[in-house]
Amino acid sequence: MTDAIDRTRGLNRRSFLASGAVTAATVGAAATMTTVSAEARPPAAAPPARMPITLDINGRKRHFQLDPRTTLLDTLRDHAGLPGSKKGCDQGQCGACTVHIDGRRTLACLTLAAAVQNARIVTIEGLGADGTLHPMQQAFIDNDAFQCGYCTPGQIMSAVACVREGHVSNDHEIREYMSGNLCRCAAYPNIVAAIRQAAPQMDKI
Amino acid sequence: MRPFAYIRADDAQSAVRHASGVAPSHIGNPVQYLGGGTTLLDLMKLDVMQPTTLIDISTLDPARYGQVEKTAGGVRIGALSRMADVASDPMLVRDYPVVTEALWLAASPQLRNMARVGGNVLQRTRCNYFRDPSFAQCNKRNPSSGCSALDGYNRSHAILGTSEQCIAMYPGDWAQALIALDTTVEVLGNNGARVVPFAALHRQPGQTPDVETSLAPGDLITAFVIPGGPWRRSLYRKIRDRESYEFALASAAVALDLDGDLVREARIAIGGVATVPWRSIAAEAFLRGKRVNEANAEAAAEIAFAGAQTRAHNAYKLPLGKATLVRALLEAKELSA
Repeated sequence: MTDAIDRTRGLNRRSFLASGAVTAATVGAAATMTTVSAEARPPAAAPPARMPITLDINGRKRHFQLDPRTTLLDTLRDHAGLPGSKKGCDQGQCGACTVHIDGRRTLACLTLAAAVQNARIVTIEGLGADGTLHPMQQAFIDNDAFQCGYCTPGQIMSAVACVREGHVSNDHEIREYMSGNLCRCAAYPNIVAAIRQAAPQMDKI
Repeated sequence: MRPFAYIRADDAQSAVRHASGVAPSHIGNPVQYLGGGTTLLDLMKLDVMQPTTLIDISTLDPARYGQVEKTAGGVRIGALSRMADVASDPMLVRDYPVVTEALWLAASPQLRNMARVGGNVLQRTRCNYFRDPSFAQCNKRNPSSGCSALDGYNRSHAILGTSEQCIAMYPGDWAQALIALDTTVEVLGNNGARVVPFAALHRQPGQTPDVETSLAPGDLITAFVIPGGPWRRSLYRKIRDRESYEFALASAAVALDLDGDLVREARIAIGGVATVPWRSIAAEAFLRGKRVNEANAEAAAEIAFAGAQTRAHNAYKLPLGKATLVRALLEAKELSA
């Protein structure tokens, strides 16, 4: 209900956060410039030309013009309108950005968008079908497998892959093969329970 | 991340031609190969590595560069194979368990899906002074600048193969299995293909910690060849601060060929403790013809760690490393051949 009201006013949580970010960026600009000169970094070369990049995301071909430095994670969040994949550490250590590339769970923050053209990319937004939740999403709700929820999209993408890989024969194996996804709220016991619940249901879909 | 040009390689030869040039080392080369990217992009984000061109080799023909195949000489593993695929190869799991265990005990499932084994052996140290450019002194990152780790916080650092210039630990696991099993490396360079012993791939820091390998700029690792052997009785043991998804504080790759109770041949490499992949041929020779019991395993461990030099915070690695090797030897003995 709240969400619907916000939309009629042209304001939702995400656009509100975005407008806040502009203010923060303006305030932070002076400090950033100081840091750059203090480090005496050599000036960057001319900005690189953007390159055309085509990605297959959740079954749709999407076309972008991107700086070659753009990671898949930034492409999804900032250019494709798919902010479900989360940026935790941006260094390949936390797993919050986990997506599936050609069926394999992969860290989007350490993947260049340019390098995964021709691959099939599935994000948390593409996991469920026709407005129904994937059994793993439902299992996370049923088992209260999150608190703040920030790591949850990555946990769920990793959990789905963990089941498909066959690494769910016991709790120890689930824990070992989910170790690439950190949860600062430590919802781990509930995450393991959710995976135990969803695994047999996934056999049926 | 600094700007770079992105080029997708059509074939290995043209990639090598493009990447070969004058540079202080393959690491200092402004043209770098992009495989899984798990080390390179991380270090570029940290501004530790600053290549101006990336040549994407990840899509080179997997039939040629990404397969595990049994050959007359043993096993050939294409350099673009993913860690996860090599770790689960049924033939390797059965005949060379040390090779697969050292892979699945490393990193996380996501990273093992991404990282290619050619890049895996070249992964760079986790020394925090190296990884954080706000520290001015790092002979590896900035030659002749000094070393902040010598008298800094050096709990994770090496005790074998160190120099007064650098004590950074080689963090990899798989390399210990490869060096123990006499692996060779197929390298494509600007002057053609050549074969290099794995033991000659990495260089101790000495006076030039910035030169980490014997590869020339533009050299491309295309495959690893593990000679055939009776190595079903082999394993990898890894001790770390947490049980999964962590680098080794100490590890041991061990393979045993037994004649009854006596050692016909032993292979021993130790990780988490040295500046490069570290095989102990002297410890192997000591065990030949002997029983693998606690006394002999402890004596072999003493030999393996001879010459270790500890610093303020890493002295624990000496007893931990020896105990890890003793345990690995005693457990390997119990495996069936």
